[in-house]
Amino acid sequence: MDFGPFLFLATLEGLVQAAVLCLIALGLSLVFGVMRVVNVAHGEFYMLGAVLAWWITGWFAGNPAIGFVAAIIIGPLLVGVIAYFVERLILRKVEYDPEATIVATIGILYIVQQLVLITFGPDARPVDTPFYFLIEFPWFGYSGYKLLVICAAIMLLLAVWYVITRTRLGLVMRATQYDRETAQNFGIAVNQVYAIVFATGAGLAAVAAVLIVPIQQAHYLMGRDPLLLSFIVVIIGGLGSIRGTLVAALIIGLSDGIISVFFSPTLAKMVSTLLVAMVLVFKPEGLFGSRSQL
Amino acid sequence: MKLSIENLNSFYGSVQVLRELTLHVNTGEVLCLLGRNGAGKTTILKSIMGLVEHNGSIMLGDCEISGLGAHEIPRKGIGYVPQGRRLFAELTVKENLQIGMLIKGEDSHSLDRIFKLFPVLKERLKQESGTLSGGEQQMLAMARALCLQPGVLLLDEPTEGLMPSMIASIRDVVLKLREQGVGILLVEQRIDAVLPVANRVAFIENGYVKAEMERDELANEPDLMRHYVGI
Ligand SMILES: Nc1ncnc2c1ncn2[C@@H]1O[C@H](COP(=O)(O)OP(=O)(O)O)[C@@H](O)[C@H]1O
Ligand SMILES: [Mg+2]
Repeated sequence: MDFGPFLFLATLEGLVQAAVLCLIALGLSLVFGVMRVVNVAHGEFYMLGAVLAWWITGWFAGNPAIGFVAAIIIGPLLVGVIAYFVERLILRKVEYDPEATIVATIGILYIVQQLVLITFGPDARPVDTPFYFLIEFPWFGYSGYKLLVICAAIMLLLAVWYVITRTRLGLVMRATQYDRETAQNFGIAVNQVYAIVFATGAGLAAVAAVLIVPIQQAHYLMGRDPLLLSFIVVIIGGLGSIRGTLVAALIIGLSDGIISVFFSPTLAKMVSTLLVAMVLVFKPEGLFGSRSQL
Repeated sequence: MKLSIENLNSFYGSVQVLRELTLHVNTGEVLCLLGRNGAGKTTILKSIMGLVEHNGSIMLGDCEISGLGAHEIPRKGIGYVPQGRRLFAELTVKENLQIGMLIKGEDSHSLDRIFKLFPVLKERLKQESGTLSGGEQQMLAMARALCLQPGVLLLDEPTEGLMPSMIASIRDVVLKLREQGVGILLVEQRIDAVLPVANRVAFIENGYVKAEMERDELANEPDLMRHYVGI
């Protein structure tokens, strides 16, 4: 293949990565932005979404599309409910103390991981692509499903953006983010906002996982890389900045995809890590992270 | 509405800041709290709003609000304008007002009343509130609290750092609210800022009420004023 088409292919692969990473990192960023909680267990909610997708699609024999639709609705909802209870039963109990929440979420990470290992076993589980459809470019055919992943991610991101900037719930979330105490003086039940945000953050990771699991397989250790990458993204974008998170996810996802195709995944990770180091040295507040902005 | 505070003790961790403090604000009355920096004035207001650990009784009308969650207290009909305004600086004027209206629901009628009191806000709805001038920010903070249609209003140093003309218009608003029957607890450090609007004055020192009197009695107490307010 010529260089041009090859670069195009690599860019498409990078966009798939970036789309999924946007969703995962947005979840992490929302939780940090509104709650000031560093959720080390975020990758496990992603993993849980993937494993549940495998489990749920197993209920439906026959047309894989039906199982997939069920998985993308039920999976993230279940993960959201689990996260909701994690928030109520653990994070609230430590009163969102920054150090205690880090230790607590590390604990949650291992508990979720081991529970999944015990329940579903150590094997990597494939999930059928909901449809098989090749888009024919002049130089190669490309998976229609992967393009769907990109589109679905864009729509979800737009939906989240709309909720945050245009709805009452979004206004309440932003007020809580900017000044938790004053928010309470206007009747905002900050604890409820936290529970909703935490569940939404986990749900976003789970949606990303359901989207990706027909391409990669579900496995109980699959949460680690996305966790690392989304931390990288959130740091580069500026902690708590949604715009920054999306831009950084695009940069990291694309560079990761393209460098992986042309050179090696290891080099891709090295570049990402180098980028983070440079941001931390030269602009520690992140690209878009002035104060606690959107 | 009437606000009654009885035997209030407030704490930051293990440090007790207020001791057996008793105060009453009647309907349509302005009670001023005077006292130096660190006397505990802000802590009184924060205790009422459920933001500081405390014991004792705080009654709003005939509803005990001490012990309620901080987010439930404004629902009982109490509005709070904190020291330093605490606007949501990154949000627009309109969004700040919308937050004020979360409890009562948005309706154009009450917005009109607010714009009648603070006409400048109407022209600034789309502006980020952090970019308003100090006086406008104070007006927005008051407007936001009035969106709750409160029966009792707590004002913490509303004239701090403002130009005299702004101080005068804030005073006017306080008087109008008083006429409408709102009970107002007004904290100030400077006595000249409150004298024209106060019905009664309480001097706070080290978390105690050191003295409390009608405004007209103040003239007979120059020593007290010098001692507690530093004039
Ligand atoms: N968050 C806090 N933690 C510990 N001590 C505090 C806190 N806020 C105020 N204080 C202390 O409580 C006392 C009363 O403060 P405050 O109510 O702010 O006084 P005022 O409003 O009259 O200036 C002061 O001694 C102050 O140092
Ligand atoms: Mg004060």
